[in-house]
Amino acid sequence: MSEYTKQIGAARKGVPEEATQELTMPQYLKKLATPFNIVAGIIVLVGLGLIVVRYTMGLGAVTSASQDQPWGLFLNIGLFSGVPLSASGFVLGTVVFIFGLKHYEPVVKNAVLLGFLGYLFAVIFLLIDLGRPWRLPYPMAVSFGTTSVLFLVAWHVALYLSCQFLEFVPSLFEWAGWKVLRRWTIKLTIGLTIFGIMLSTLHQSALGALFLLAPGKLHPLWYTPYLPVLFLNSAIAGGLCLVIFVTYLTRRFLKEQADAEYLASIDKITLGLGKGVSLVLITYFAVKIIALAHGNHWSLLNTTYGYWYLVEILGFVLLPGILFALGSRSKNVGLVQFTALLTIIGVVINRINVSLIALNWQLPEREFFDLREFLIVIGVITIEVLVYRWIVSHMPILRRHPDYENEHE
Amino acid sequence: MEKKLDVKTTNKCKPRSILSPDLSTVKISRRGFLKGNAALAGALLLWDALGEPAKGLAREINGWPDRYGMLTDLTRCFGCRICEKACNKANDLEPPATPFEDKSVFEEKRRVNAHTNETYTVVNRYADPKTGEPVYRKVQCNHCAEPACASACPVSALKKSPDGPVLYNENLCIGCRYCMTACPFYVPAFEYFDAGSPAIRKCSMCYTRRISKGEVPACASECPVEAITFGKRSELIKLAREKIVRNPDKYIDHIYGENEFGGTDWLYISGIAFEEMDFPSDTGTTPLPEFTREFLSAVPLVLVMWPALFGGVYLFSKNRSRTAEAGTENTKKEGNQS
Repeated sequence: MSEYTKQIGAARKGVPEEATQELTMPQYLKKLATPFNIVAGIIVLVGLGLIVVRYTMGLGAVTSASQDQPWGLFLNIGLFSGVPLSASGFVLGTVVFIFGLKHYEPVVKNAVLLGFLGYLFAVIFLLIDLGRPWRLPYPMAVSFGTTSVLFLVAWHVALYLSCQFLEFVPSLFEWAGWKVLRRWTIKLTIGLTIFGIMLSTLHQSALGALFLLAPGKLHPLWYTPYLPVLFLNSAIAGGLCLVIFVTYLTRRFLKEQADAEYLASIDKITLGLGKGVSLVLITYFAVKIIALAHGNHWSLLNTTYGYWYLVEILGFVLLPGILFALGSRSKNVGLVQFTALLTIIGVVINRINVSLIALNWQLPEREFFDLREFLIVIGVITIEVLVYRWIVSHMPILRRHPDYENEHE
Repeated sequence: MEKKLDVKTTNKCKPRSILSPDLSTVKISRRGFLKGNAALAGALLLWDALGEPAKGLAREINGWPDRYGMLTDLTRCFGCRICEKACNKANDLEPPATPFEDKSVFEEKRRVNAHTNETYTVVNRYADPKTGEPVYRKVQCNHCAEPACASACPVSALKKSPDGPVLYNENLCIGCRYCMTACPFYVPAFEYFDAGSPAIRKCSMCYTRRISKGEVPACASECPVEAITFGKRSELIKLAREKIVRNPDKYIDHIYGENEFGGTDWLYISGIAFEEMDFPSDTGTTPLPEFTREFLSAVPLVLVMWPALFGGVYLFSKNRSRTAEAGTENTKKEGNQS
């Protein structure tokens, strides 16, 4: 991932946006043919090819098609891991607009964009995974399964995606030069942020609550009535860490798209957020221990699943919690950025554990990994990275638009 | 003598039958309370339907004592697979890859598989741990009293019919497969190799094809040894208990499905422990939808309380920063004056 991003930077370095338009077509294509773009292009083409297979021959043609374990990588990664990391928008919105910690403002637009894209691509993953994707609006318009946690998730993801889009559009309108529309949408900020908190609280925890229905199927170390709280809590950590880590990547590889204010603010913001995540992770660790004690599952720690559970909560929760505290105390920005990556991996591991590895643990034979499924996942994520790069390269995300330099919300 | 035994049996059952209505009244009052909460929230919020706690699925079920059920006597089953064949025929399913007479299928444990769509029921072979003799288990949808699959379905494509069967409506299904994750028996199967209209496949107790026409479900009607009995669930429980009491050496003292996951409408009696035949054993007696109900009932509270809470925090922090700004301006003025 960081290799590719490194190459993004190499490709873009010192090429002002205006220059692009004056290139002739062959020159433009030549400029596009960077090693990163070629690799990304191949990954995307493979992914798209497999997606065509999926829509013509059925899900079974590109997944392991298990009758016993119906949810595979599209959901494990695209939905269950993608959504908590996309909490970036709601968490930073809360910090800046509700708690009024204005010195985090330079990264808010980026956090909102990351959140919006994360939800958009979670829906794209859903469209790939649903048996009948054209019926996606059914829970909203045709038939209401009000007893279902998934019904709640469907509504909230739809509403929150719209909410995030409205939070993102001021940047779009600045780019397009639609001043009146921009002014109107800016006025919605506080309302949208609070609406976003409500929706996020509920659907982040609802993703955990989905598994409450399967007490016999999810391993007791992961099954706990606290699942909703744990999912919300780790989503806050995941969202904050995504902001820390992507901010690091933008400074490294998309520097020419950022203004001085943004670049100068990064160190302070990283340390501040690091301190915050430290608190969130230690809290999360405590709830994990309470859940363990509540279920009285201590003896299960001395089993294979127990060792894997310990790797998760010691290596990817407690360790980053401590490293964040040390890093922000000693003002070690690099350590905080590294720990953010560690935490992001930890959130993904947790979601894969709950939705795949620890689920159906009693079945005699199981398949965790399918190459075709994985290639589609990587392809779609690569498209997401390319879309992100395009938006950041064109719209005022990492900088203020010159027309609104002096405006402070 | 026999009659006395019967009386004794019914007496023996009494504590159980008294217990369940008691439990149900407790449930109703709690649910009524939750529903009251939801209604309050609903008055405040247009889209309260989102968070409204399950509309008393169980309460309605408890009010359906006449619902149908099935009783499988596993001691009678000898693995002829005629039920599979009957199921195939009754549901117009695909011709089987290996004939239904072929006993080699017992080499592996099978499940209802929508890849082939041969049948909605399969018979698996196990060995009696004491004697080593083969025993057979018939697998199909157990038609839970409070089905996890139906409570999981975001579009209500799966529904518990008042007559007992859990029914699937393909016209609503979006293919999310949460029912498969939710089902504790690994019953629903999905047509992974259909791109155009993949559907969930599972037993419907022959509800539309036979029961509604006054016929007995195909597997029960065709079974040559009467291992499968169709009837009112309440009657089947009496029948099962009678069989166990009359033949204490033949049966273990357990009707699987009487209380498992809050009860299923397909019941089993057996000569060996059910876990020896891969029946889920750590089931508890709580209906699975109960486990998400508390979460869902908290939803309206968040919707109602969060705006006030975070709106309040916003006003507080705004006011604080204004005061701080005013403070600095004052100090500046004072500084200028001096």
